[in-house]
Amino acid sequence: MLELNYDTVIIGAGPAGIAAAIKANELGLKAVLVENRDLLGGIPLQCVHPGFGLHYFKEDLTGTEFIYRFFDKMEKLGVEHLLKSHVHSIEPVAHNEKVVNVITPQGVMRLKTKTLIYTAGARERHVFEINIVGDRPAGIYTAGEAQTLMDIYGIIPGKEIVIIGSGDVGLIMARRFALEGAKVKAVIELMHYPGGLMRNIVQCLQDYDIPLYLGHVATKVVGKKRVEKVVVAKVDEKLKPIEGTELEIPCDTIVLAAGLVPNLDMLEKIGLVIDPYTRGPVVNEFLETNIPGVFVAGNALVINDLVDYVVEQGELAAEGARYFIENDGIPTTDWKPVIRGRNIRFIVPHYVSGKRDVILYARVRQPEKNVVVAIPEVGWKMKQFNVRPAEMIRVKLTKRLLERAASVEKISMEVIPGE
Amino acid sequence: MSERELTCIICPASCTLKVRTEPGGSLKVEGALCPRGVDYAKQEVTDPRRIVMSVVKVVGGDLPTVSVKTNKPVPKKCIQEVMKATASIELKAPVEIGQAVIKDICGADVVATRRVKKVNSI
Repeated sequence: MLELNYDTVIIGAGPAGIAAAIKANELGLKAVLVENRDLLGGIPLQCVHPGFGLHYFKEDLTGTEFIYRFFDKMEKLGVEHLLKSHVHSIEPVAHNEKVVNVITPQGVMRLKTKTLIYTAGARERHVFEINIVGDRPAGIYTAGEAQTLMDIYGIIPGKEIVIIGSGDVGLIMARRFALEGAKVKAVIELMHYPGGLMRNIVQCLQDYDIPLYLGHVATKVVGKKRVEKVVVAKVDEKLKPIEGTELEIPCDTIVLAAGLVPNLDMLEKIGLVIDPYTRGPVVNEFLETNIPGVFVAGNALVINDLVDYVVEQGELAAEGARYFIENDGIPTTDWKPVIRGRNIRFIVPHYVSGKRDVILYARVRQPEKNVVVAIPEVGWKMKQFNVRPAEMIRVKLTKRLLERAASVEKISMEVIPGE
Repeated sequence: MSERELTCIICPASCTLKVRTEPGGSLKVEGALCPRGVDYAKQEVTDPRRIVMSVVKVVGGDLPTVSVKTNKPVPKKCIQEVMKATASIELKAPVEIGQAVIKDICGADVVATRRVKKVNSI
């Protein structure tokens, strides 16, 4: 069996993993990127719509254009990678040694590594997770599956579509179906507000006269061989279906855009601690988990709404890996917990040292207007006309700002009503 | 005199904009927090434009399609024309990013946004 030694092994060659691999190479680490598909790039490769890279490249690119810029950089640097390579298991040998067992077309490999960067993304919630009863005919796809079929393989999965979930993926797929000549009969959203960005409601639904059913739930799938219709009902304040409000929407295809869940099975087996609010790992400011030397970035860490943030996290994880190797572990420090205050659903990272710049990512619980987002311990605040669960709050706190919190044991973020 | 209500899509503030045609024919925009919203509203009521994106069939490549977009926003009423054009062509690999696959349609070019490498058929 082939045994190889690395400074870092990166699992998953989407944008987070590619960014981590490039950064690791630039920092002089011996790194390998492991991918189980037969091509690099992950999800952006099938994102043919614009809206990518506004922060990172200061340009409006499609997902495809965005990821190809990184491919070019990878090639230039000669980043080592393995395709069609399935990670079988991860063995935590010591704080500074992990073994990643990989099944590759060249045979089984044992990759011995000082650090691990886990960037395996998220999985889509599927039909069995969202309480829809009824038949299980052909014609039920997740949004990602539909996107792969349409935008990689050029196959349209159906003609009359109902989309369940109004997150950005659902909205973007609604527009793609409409553009390609399918009839999008409805987008169904459980909550009383849209899951996606307002601009996508306008550009993806209103442009194509696609009806959005807020406060509705799909309760039943009907169809013998192929989907024939879906039963939809209004929900009450407790989000329970109201009897007597059912309506039937005939369609041949159901597309589920019911949210993403970080993909962490491989790390949970070796004792990863999960934050119930992000469903991702608990991490410090280097994105290191409770397992020393194991870093997580991208949608495996937290569900992001911009690929720019995913890349930023990948690069940070690579910097963390270098710091870990230089110091034979991230040095012990008085970690300050980062606390969720009023109307904050989650915040990442969970621990900061106060000794270096840190970027915080948060989401609110519910939409609010005219508010102030604040981190009182450092005296930081930002006026916002709107906060929405769909829009991630990203705040960079400099080391200088954090010094103001030197004497307190925690920092917290909260949303407070403005005047 | 007509009035239209729009949601601004320029930034996440998502202002509700009211656009009114004044008696002299000029446009008055209310509700915008910044000048970009005013510009957006004026463009949107006089000549709404969008980037159009799709995929085009490719033969002999490492991927079966290449993703494409219009290199600038086209009038909304032209969207179907662009879509019909992209559906009716077939390209031969290789295709490079930025390569114009349809020239001068609705005032824009349709350009490739993915790279498709040529593969040797067996």
